[in-house]
Amino acid sequence: MTRLTRRQFGLFTGASAAALSLPTYLRAQDKPRVVVIGGGAGGATAARYIAKDSDGGIDVTLIDDAEMFTTCFFSNLYVGGLRSFESITHSYDTLQSSYGITKVTGRAASVDREKKMVMMADGSSIPYDRLVVSPGIDLIWDSVGGYSEELSTIAPHAWKAGEQTKILKAKLDAIENGQQILMVAPPNPYRCPPGPYERASMMAHVLKSKGLTDSKVIILDPKPKFSKQGVFQEGWEKHYPGMIEWYGPDVHGGIDGINVEAGTVETDLDTFQGALLNIIPAQKAGTIAASAGLTDDSGFCPIQPDSMRSTVDDAVFVIGDACIAGDMPKSGFSANSQAKVAAMAVRGDLIGSKVFPAKFANTCWSLIETDDSIKVGAQYAPGDGKIASTQGFISQMDEENALRKANFEESVGWYAGITADMFG
Amino acid sequence: MADHGRHQTRNTTLRGLVPAIFFGVTMLSGTAGAARAEDPEKLFKPCMTCHEIGAGAKHKVGPHLDGLFGRKAGSLDDFRYSAGMRAAGEAGLVWTVETLSDYLERPRDFIKGNRMSFRGMADPKDRHALVNWLETATRQAPAADPVIGETSGDGGVHGFADIVLQIEGDPEYGEYLAGECVTCHQASGHADGIPSIVGLPKDYFVRSLFEYRSNVRSNEVMKLRVANLNNEEIAALAAYFSSLDPQ
Repeated sequence: MTRLTRRQFGLFTGASAAALSLPTYLRAQDKPRVVVIGGGAGGATAARYIAKDSDGGIDVTLIDDAEMFTTCFFSNLYVGGLRSFESITHSYDTLQSSYGITKVTGRAASVDREKKMVMMADGSSIPYDRLVVSPGIDLIWDSVGGYSEELSTIAPHAWKAGEQTKILKAKLDAIENGQQILMVAPPNPYRCPPGPYERASMMAHVLKSKGLTDSKVIILDPKPKFSKQGVFQEGWEKHYPGMIEWYGPDVHGGIDGINVEAGTVETDLDTFQGALLNIIPAQKAGTIAASAGLTDDSGFCPIQPDSMRSTVDDAVFVIGDACIAGDMPKSGFSANSQAKVAAMAVRGDLIGSKVFPAKFANTCWSLIETDDSIKVGAQYAPGDGKIASTQGFISQMDEENALRKANFEESVGWYAGITADMFG
Repeated sequence: MADHGRHQTRNTTLRGLVPAIFFGVTMLSGTAGAARAEDPEKLFKPCMTCHEIGAGAKHKVGPHLDGLFGRKAGSLDDFRYSAGMRAAGEAGLVWTVETLSDYLERPRDFIKGNRMSFRGMADPKDRHALVNWLETATRQAPAADPVIGETSGDGGVHGFADIVLQIEGDPEYGEYLAGECVTCHQASGHADGIPSIVGLPKDYFVRSLFEYRSNVRSNEVMKLRVANLNNEEIAALAAYFSSLDPQ
């Protein structure tokens, strides 16, 4: 019998089963309580690891406003027609049935850190002994002049997966030969550094496979350079000659604003016209992080690099895209890695579990074209007061096709692995 | 995704009882010169990462294949098969030229839930060549003790891997460190493009990691992970993963 099985057996037959039949306010008192805000790569992983490794000794509540979770990672493959929407959408059922986690579907409106209570939008409140905050990012709508939340149904950002991703795909699939797609890329720091460029690749893949080779994807970027740039541009040249154009600030001179109705993006250089506008604004930590007073001037949350504990509140941990993770990129892989360090620290706080030195890892795979995947990865550890990179690698130009194909198969295996690690 | 509800218990006492006698690993050398698509030894090369054949062959990630033909699937006592493979054997699957060829076409479809990390061999000519060659190549009697030992056969220390194998790994530390592994290598033992490492013998686990250090294995992600593990950490991971049973 595996260890996991013994634990689950315990969960069903031991204290938890009895506790579950009690009203919440009674149940909450006999065990330390952890509340996790956000059910993505950070929050779901943290909830699962705290529940799994505490043998039912910690009461875990996971709050997310969605019933089902659609991953941002691999959503570009859905845009490219290479994955179904269902295959990137996951339920919280196993976390509840096999790990005894309470899933609350609703929006956390604020946190009363004095009273250690999460206040829900519906007026209810949930007490905690330790709080894990993993809300991901929110968009700074006015960072792109002329853009707004309302207009995102016409000019999708699709930087939070779900309905937005479907809108983007529907609009991409309606493009006719000769029409242009304009993408406004985000400034640093943002979720998934190679994401916009993988997305441009997947858009071009759709255009090319439908024979729409007179169409183009134009990327207007506020950054002078981007993640894995050389390898991406080599791939674009190889697979999509003339179909993807990237303009940095030294060419366009500045992005002045957009007109969603007219389908235009105004830059110092020129006014660009597109049948589809994909606008990815600047980003900040999910709103709850700021309203809980956990952010600094950057809009993200400072943390202690050895534990992911907030620097402003010892009872709070911030993980994933919302935190300031030093050298680590904002990615699902990073969030999953940080969640395990936070889960260990939480268990150490509440039930005296052994706490080992923090280690972090990240790998990002990006698909340029079918069977041509590139990757970048690094290891991290606390150092110089931040999470510092210790060693890394990146795909090189001119690699063999077989290696790129192996990268893709590896990324598919990783997706199955990380989603099993998040959702059980 | 949510297949961790599938739980299996199984008796693994035999594994611990069989003493380790051999370490000599028999590897088939790759064919020199240009190989045709149907060259069976070349076709077998990817299989050799996980399966040994020939005198003294041992279990690796997969079972040794000596005496394979005519044997019930999933029936070697000293190898930890997936539940799917054992069930297929219980249901009557016996390895023959025909069944092995059918299996190798798309292993994951042929036996659901089996852990072999191989997508399949689409070309019937390739399968025919490989399976027919295997029928002869696997004919010798299996090794007396196919379980890989914890240290090399003569008890001597030959390299870094042996030094690590002398260290008593802390499985609790290993479980924490394993958090980094199971983001890709599923804790359930299922493999969807990345091999399973659940239940690997310590010796094989440690030697494999050292092969990333010495560039025998070249995957960049793994090289990076291994470069950041010290000997105690490798021993701890080996202790943890070898203690698990695949589901």
